[in-house]
Amino acid sequence: MSLLLDVLEKNALITAFVVVALVLWFSNLLAKKLFAGKIHGSAIALVVGLTLAYVGGLFTGGDKGLADITMFSGLGILGGAMFRDFAIVATAYGAELDALKRAGWIGSLSVLVGVVLSFFIGALVAIVAGFEDAVSVTTIGAGTATFIVGPVTGSALGADSSVIALSIAAGLVKSIVVMIGTPLVAKRIGLNDARSAMVFGGLMGTNSGVAAGLAATDPKLVPYGAMTATFYTGVGCLIVPSLLYFLVSLVL
Amino acid sequence: MIIYGVGLLAGCMLIGVYAGDLVGLLFGIDANVGGVGIAMLILMVVSNYGPLKVSIKPITAEGITFWNAMYIPIVIAMAAKQNVFAAISSGWLAICAGFLAVALSFLMIPILVRFSDKTDEKV
Repeated sequence: MSLLLDVLEKNALITAFVVVALVLWFSNLLAKKLFAGKIHGSAIALVVGLTLAYVGGLFTGGDKGLADITMFSGLGILGGAMFRDFAIVATAYGAELDALKRAGWIGSLSVLVGVVLSFFIGALVAIVAGFEDAVSVTTIGAGTATFIVGPVTGSALGADSSVIALSIAAGLVKSIVVMIGTPLVAKRIGLNDARSAMVFGGLMGTNSGVAAGLAATDPKLVPYGAMTATFYTGVGCLIVPSLLYFLVSLVL
Repeated sequence: MIIYGVGLLAGCMLIGVYAGDLVGLLFGIDANVGGVGIAMLILMVVSNYGPLKVSIKPITAEGITFWNAMYIPIVIAMAAKQNVFAAISSGWLAICAGFLAVALSFLMIPILVRFSDKTDEKV
C-alpha cells in the first residue's frame, strides 16, 4: 500500500490526469443517468471538484484545496495558472476575429463597468459591516473585484493584513459563485453568443470563474469571455488604488 | 509534426504574457494587463490572416487542438485546488460581497447587450 502511495506521489501530475478523468467520467455518467442530460457533465464535475477542494482544505488546513494532499499535488500543477492560460490561448484557435472586432467596444466598456460595479458593492458591504476608514473599505472593494486586485491594492495603501485576507476571501467567493452560477442562469441572461460572452467576461473578470463558468455552459464561448476577462485584473490594479481610492476618501 | 503546433501555441503565449507585463510596467502597476488576451489575438492572426499567416497542416493543428480539448479537464483540476474552505468559512461579509457582486453583474449582462444593440443601429 505504501509502495502504491509512493508511486502516486512521485508521479503527481500523472495521478492528476487519472483523478480528473475519473471525476469527468463519473460526472458525465451522472449527467446522463440522473439528470437526463439537463445539466452539463462539466458543470457537475466542477461542483465535484469544488467539493473535493473543500474536503482538502478541511483536512490539511492549507490553501490549495485537494492539491495540499501530497498524493493529489499534481492537481495544483495541472490546474495552476500556467496550464490554465495555455489551454485558454489554445481555445482561440478557430475563434472568429471578426466577432471580437464587432463586439470589441462593448467588451471594453463592460470591463470598466465590471470593475467599478464590483468595487462599489464590496465597498458598500464593508461600510455596512462597520468599516470606516477609506483604506480598509477600498481594499475590501478591490478584493470583491478579484482576489488579485485586493492584495495589490491593500499593500499599496498599507491596509491591515486581516483586511487583506478578508478582501481575498471576497474575491474567492465571487469566483466560486461565478463557476457554479453561470450555467444555472446562462439562459435567463441571454449568455449564448460571442458578444454576450465578451460582456460576461468583462463584467465578471475573475479568470478562473469565467473559464470554469463558460466551460460548464458552452465551451464555444470560452475564447470570447476569456479575452475580455484577461484585461480586468490589469484595469482593476490601475484604477482601484488610484481613482476609486480617491473617490472613497472623498466620501469617508 | 505535432510539436510544431505545441511550439507555436507556447510561443504565442510567451510573447503575449511578456507584452502584458510590459503594458503593466508602462502604467506602473504590478500586474499583467491582458497578456493572455494578446496571446490569443496573436494566435488568431498568425493562423488566419494577412502576410503573417503561417500554413498549419492538420497534424500541426493537432498540437493546438489537443490543448484546446484539455481545457475542461484543466478547469476541473483548477476547481479542485481552489481555497473553497477559506471562502466558505470567511464569514458573512466576504460571502455577501462576493455573492452580491456576481448577482448584480449577471443582471448587467442583458442591459449592456441591449445597449450595444441600440448603439449599433444608430451607426
